[in-house]
Amino acid sequence: MPAEQTMTLEIFRYHPETDSEPRFQAYEVPYDEDWVVLDAINWIKDHVDGTLTHRWSCRMGVCGSCGMMVNGDPKLTCAAFLKDYYPRPVKVEPLVNFPVERDLVVSLDGFMEKLEAVKPYIIRDDVNDTSGGEYLQSPAELARYKQYSMCINCMLCYAACPVAGHEDEFLGPAALALGHRYNRDSRDRGRAERLDVMLAGEAIWGCTFVGECTAVCPKHVDPAGAIQQAKAVAAQEYFRRFAMPRGAKDAGA
Amino acid sequence: MGHGTTHPHDVVIIGGGGAGLRASIAIAQENPGFSVACVSKVYPMRSHTVTAEGGAAAAIKPNDSLEDHIYDTISGADWLADQDAVEYFVNEAPAEMVQLEHWGCPWSREPDGSVAVRPFGGMKIERTWFAADKTGFHMLHSLFQTTLKYGNIVRYDEHFATRLLIDGRGRCRGCAAIELRTGKVRAVLGKAVIVCTGGAGRVFPFTTNGSIKTGDGMAMAYRAGVALKDMEFVQYHPTGLPGTGILITEASRGEGGILVNRDGHRYLQDYDLGEALDVSDPRHPQKRAMELGPRDRLSQCFMKEMWAGRTIETRDGHVVHLDLRHLGEAKIDKKIPFVRELSRNYAGIDPVKKPIPVRPVVHYVMGGIDVDGDSATGVPGLYAAGECACVSINGANRLGSNSLTELLVFGAQAGRHAARFAMDNPDCDTADLEAQAEDEGDRIRRAWFGAPSGRGERIAALRTELHDAMEDGAGIYRDAGSLRAACDKVAELKERYGGVALDDRTNSFNTELTAALELESLLDVAEAMAHSGLERTESRGSHQRLDHTERNDDDFLAHSLAFREDGAPPRIEYRPVTITKWPPGARTYGAGSGLKKRPKGDAA
Repeated sequence: MPAEQTMTLEIFRYHPETDSEPRFQAYEVPYDEDWVVLDAINWIKDHVDGTLTHRWSCRMGVCGSCGMMVNGDPKLTCAAFLKDYYPRPVKVEPLVNFPVERDLVVSLDGFMEKLEAVKPYIIRDDVNDTSGGEYLQSPAELARYKQYSMCINCMLCYAACPVAGHEDEFLGPAALALGHRYNRDSRDRGRAERLDVMLAGEAIWGCTFVGECTAVCPKHVDPAGAIQQAKAVAAQEYFRRFAMPRGAKDAGA
Repeated sequence: MGHGTTHPHDVVIIGGGGAGLRASIAIAQENPGFSVACVSKVYPMRSHTVTAEGGAAAAIKPNDSLEDHIYDTISGADWLADQDAVEYFVNEAPAEMVQLEHWGCPWSREPDGSVAVRPFGGMKIERTWFAADKTGFHMLHSLFQTTLKYGNIVRYDEHFATRLLIDGRGRCRGCAAIELRTGKVRAVLGKAVIVCTGGAGRVFPFTTNGSIKTGDGMAMAYRAGVALKDMEFVQYHPTGLPGTGILITEASRGEGGILVNRDGHRYLQDYDLGEALDVSDPRHPQKRAMELGPRDRLSQCFMKEMWAGRTIETRDGHVVHLDLRHLGEAKIDKKIPFVRELSRNYAGIDPVKKPIPVRPVVHYVMGGIDVDGDSATGVPGLYAAGECACVSINGANRLGSNSLTELLVFGAQAGRHAARFAMDNPDCDTADLEAQAEDEGDRIRRAWFGAPSGRGERIAALRTELHDAMEDGAGIYRDAGSLRAACDKVAELKERYGGVALDDRTNSFNTELTAALELESLLDVAEAMAHSGLERTESRGSHQRLDHTERNDDDFLAHSLAFREDGAPPRIEYRPVTITKWPPGARTYGAGSGLKKRPKGDAA
C-alpha cells in the first residue's frame, strides 16, 4: 500500500469572542478523489478540530447552505471536488461581501431583507380561493419564468458581484431575479407593486452589468439577464409614471 | 451561554420545512390577529423538503379516483395505515395542491395549461404532480416566499430547540431554543405548539437525508412523554447513488427507467412484481408493477439479488444498474434534468450514455410522534405534522409522492387545530416556563462547558458506532439477534454519551454543541426504532424479520407505541389499526393489481 495521500486546506478562522482579527489555519486532510471540499471540512470538524464552524446540509447542491470562497472563487463546497485542486493547497474563506459571524459562517440578515423586499409571491385577489381548480398556465408561459425560479439562495452571486459589496441599496442579483420571476409569471397581478420597490434609488440601477452573477450561478439562473430585462421594463415604467402620469393607471397589466 | 428574553406568541411552530411553513400560513389565515413563531435550526429554505425530487400525489384527472388513491395508499402501507386518516388525506389533497399552485409553485404543465401528472411506484394511475425533478425545492420555496406576505409570522431562524416547555397543568406552551448567533437560550412561548422537525435518516450511515435530519422533534416529544409510533418502519429507497447516498428519484422509473442486475436482467420479474414488458411496448412503464412496484419490495429484491451473487461489487458496496438510456437525451433533459446533473457530478456517469449505479438507501421514517387524526398528541396544546409525525397514513411503507402532499394536508390541518386550541384556551401563566428555559440553559452549560476539555470521546466516534449498529441490526432485513444487538449498542452509547467532550466551549455559533445535542436525539430515536423492531415478531412492509417471515394480522394489525423510560429500555404498547372499508388482504403487484371493486358505501 502506498502512503496515504494528503492535501492541505488553509481555512479562514475568526471568532468574535476571542479574535481581534481573522487568521488562517492550515489542516492536513486525507486526499480522496471522490471527496468534495465540504467532505474535507467535515472530516476536520469530526476528527481534528471541533471548533471549526461552517454551515451545510443536503450535500447535493440544492439547499444552498455551503457556499464559500474556494481559492478566491464563490463555490458550493458540496460541488467543489478536491481532485480539481490536488495536489496544491486549497484556501477556504467565507463568502465575500457579507459580514462574517464566525469562521466560514456569514450573516444572511441583509440578504433576507432584500429577498423579502421584492414581494416574492403571487399577488392577486383570488389567490386563496381553490374552488375553480388550478390557474391554467401553458408550457410556454411556464418557460417565461421557470429559469428564474431555480435560485437556491446560495448567495454566490452576491459574493461575485462588484456592486453588492459596497452599495447597500442595490437589491442584488438573486433578489432581482426573483422579483423578475414573479413579474413574468402569467398567474401574477403584482408587477406594479414590485416595480415600486425595484424603481427606488439604486435598487436596480446599481447594476453595472458585469455579468459575474450569471457566471458563478451553480443552478444556471441568469440574474444578469433578468436585471437587464427588468431594467428595460423599469425604464418603460419610469417613463410612464413620471413623463406620462396618466399612463400609470394601467401599469399593472 | 446567557439567557435570552421571553417571547410570547399565540402559536409556536418548531421547524421551518414544508409542514411548518404550511402550518404557519394556516394559522396566519385562521386568525390574522395571532402571532405565529416559526423556530428553525436552519433558515427555512435550507430545510430538507428542498431535496425532494419526484413529485406530490393528488387525484385530479378524469381517469383517476379518490378511491384508487386511498386503496393504493392502504395496500402500499401493508394495511398498517389508519383508514380514516388516509381517507381524509386523499380527500383534502387536491385542494391543497391547487392552493400551492395558486401560491406560485411552477408545476409542469400539459399543453392545455392544466397541471401534468406522472406515474409513481405503487400507484395504479399516474397522479403525481411534479415540477420537473425538483418538486420539493419548488414547493419549499413557494411556501417560504408566501409566508413573507404575512406580517404576523415571526421567524426564529437558526434557533435550535432543545426542550418542550410544559406548564404546571401539563399543557405544552413553547420551547427552549438556543439562538445560534449568540448562544443564548430563549423561551419561545405560545398557547399551542406544533412540532414539524422532519425525519431522522441520520440514525443510519447511508441515507438520502441531509445532515440536519436528526430527529430532534421526535426526541423532544419522546422526552416529554409522548409515544413514538411505528418506529420500526424505516424506508429504504431503492435507488441511491453509492458512496454519497444521493437520491435518484423514482420519477426516473416513472418516466420508463429500468433496473437490471449484473447480467443485464430485469430481476424484478423474478419476485412477483409482474411481467417485464419491453421498453418499447406502449404499456411500459406499467403501473403497480416491476420498476413501479413499492419501495419496500424493490429494496428487498435488491438484497435477494445481492445474496444470490447477481449484483455488481464496487468500492462503495454492491449496486445494480438503473438504465435510462432508452429514454433519450431530450426526455431526460425535459423530465428529469436533475437526475442527469447529480449522476454526472456525483457518480461521473452521464445517464444518456451509461446506466447509473444505484443501491438501496435510508430515505424516510414512516413512524414518528404519535398523533391522532387531528394532528394532536396526548399532551394538551401539542401537535405534530410532517415526517416527524405518525398519523398514520404511511403505515408499514409509504408510497412515493405521498409525503410532499402529507406536508400540505397535515401541516394545514395541524395549523388550524392548534390555532383553535389557542383561541379556546387563551389564559396562560408564563412565570414557571421562563424558569424552565433558564434551567435548560444552565443544564446545557453544565453538561458541555463544565468538564475539562480534551478528555472524553468525540461526537463522531459515537455517531459512527451508532450508524454501524443500526445498519447491521435494523436494516432492510432484521432478526431477533440483530435487533437485540442494536438495542444493546444503543444502550451502551447512551451510557457513554455523558463522556463526550467538546473542543468548543464558546457561545457564538457553536455547531459542535448542536452536533452533540443532535447525537442525543439520534440515540433516543434509534432506541425507539430498535426496540419497536425487536418486539414486532412478524414481517410487514419495510419491517422484514428473517425469523418471523409472515405478516401476522391476529397479533400485529396494530401500531407500536414506544414510551421513553429513564435509564431503562422503552415500554412498548400497541393500539389497533383503524379499519373502515378495506379489510386486510393480500398485497399484490403486477398487471391488473389494485382496487378491483368499490368498497361498500361511498368511499369518498
